[in-house]
Amino acid sequence: MTAKKKPARKTKRATPARKTAVRAVKRAAKPARAPSAAYADFMVQAYAMENDARDRYTEFAEQMDMHNNPDVARLFRKLARIEGLHAETIVREMGWSKPPARTEAWMWRHSEAPESAAPGDLHYLMQPYQALELALESERRAVSFFSGMTHSTAPVEVKRIAREMAAEEREHVRLIREWLKKFPKPERGWDQDPDPPQQSD
Amino acid sequence: MNAPAPAAGLKPQLFKSDVKPVWCPGCGDYTVLSSVTKALAALEVRPENVAVVSGIGCSSRIPAYTTCYGFHGVHGRALAAATGLKVARPDLTVLAMGGDGDGYSIGGNHFLHACRRNVDLTYIVMDNRVYGMTKGQPSPTTEPDWDSKLAPHGTGLREFHPLVIALASGANFIARATSSDPNGTADLIAQAVRHPGFSFVEVLSPCVTFRPEQRNWKEMVHPAPVAPTDDAARAARRLMTDDGFNIGVLYAGHRKPYRPEMGRPAAEVAELETEFIL
Repeated sequence: MTAKKKPARKTKRATPARKTAVRAVKRAAKPARAPSAAYADFMVQAYAMENDARDRYTEFAEQMDMHNNPDVARLFRKLARIEGLHAETIVREMGWSKPPARTEAWMWRHSEAPESAAPGDLHYLMQPYQALELALESERRAVSFFSGMTHSTAPVEVKRIAREMAAEEREHVRLIREWLKKFPKPERGWDQDPDPPQQSD
Repeated sequence: MNAPAPAAGLKPQLFKSDVKPVWCPGCGDYTVLSSVTKALAALEVRPENVAVVSGIGCSSRIPAYTTCYGFHGVHGRALAAATGLKVARPDLTVLAMGGDGDGYSIGGNHFLHACRRNVDLTYIVMDNRVYGMTKGQPSPTTEPDWDSKLAPHGTGLREFHPLVIALASGANFIARATSSDPNGTADLIAQAVRHPGFSFVEVLSPCVTFRPEQRNWKEMVHPAPVAPTDDAARAARRLMTDDGFNIGVLYAGHRKPYRPEMGRPAAEVAELETEFIL
């Protein structure tokens, strides 16, 4: 008689959102201490950054919907969902009853958050590969922002959390690079439209 | 009529309607829409206390994309309608919006006199230096040597300088913004609305379809190197010599806004209705 085979335990795929959530749980499990004002302010900025990125990807998805580019719309919507999960994680981790109000004391140099993709870089014929390239660039800017904080004069606890967030963003960079391998690079002339909006001679 | 009480905690999303914009992806006007909603939320005005008035053109579609009261009017006549509305309803926050063709060519004369009258409203022009909706004709702000199928070798005409004209005509607040910086533009719009009198915000808003080279504007814009001035002569010198990519408040004057004494209307709406009762 053969022993009954134990069903294999399902392993959850390590999506960027899940990894962020797992790290958040670990962070939350650390001895509770009232966060300093600097720490809380930093987390407000981090929340705004994720929230802005979510809003931007949502806008991009709507633009692609309107121009009948469903593959890219779906991808932007997925990216928006991931950024939204990051924002929610920060709210949960900080124990905020509701999302914080925006602050004007931006830590980033420009008024635009580093993780928000540039609004002018879309094309109605763009392909998923290019959408991922946009996302990759945004994640790189986020890494650079958080890494920069670790070398700043910020308080130690802010530097610690910035280091963790930089590591998360680095993980996102790696994952997006993996995704990029799944999509073909657009061929030359990808933006050629047989029925272009320009008036012909 | 008194101004409505501020409504704290408003979200930009509250000002976005369910109608999705049909602009080309990458168009700067998406950003301006986003900036306007952010500015209105920051200003703590409710959508029902705001009117967005426009003319004709790609950017003039904007009232439909907001939940504010909107008037998508006649080509070039946004400022005429907006002026009348603000004079009749000073309690409303009135934004006139549109493009460079609508505002500086078809509506050029209204632009001069709206600046001169100095009614307390905000005029936001999304300048892409081309008529996009009608497929790429040169507009008043198009560079003289912009070569296109519709204007081979360029028009050869000197471009209109809206900020200088606004200053010379009496606008009380002049700013230049860029669609590559949505939050910065939102801040400039909020400042413009708060400033009494006629406020003019020119937003560099690329047309990625007919002027794809304008995607590079994001590399060319830079914060204005000097603080805003209330000295019109100094502002004129600065505006005449700037490179067209200085971003920020460039002039903030102290002219008293035009606000005529409004007597009691000749008839209330209810009284008019009685005339039609059989």
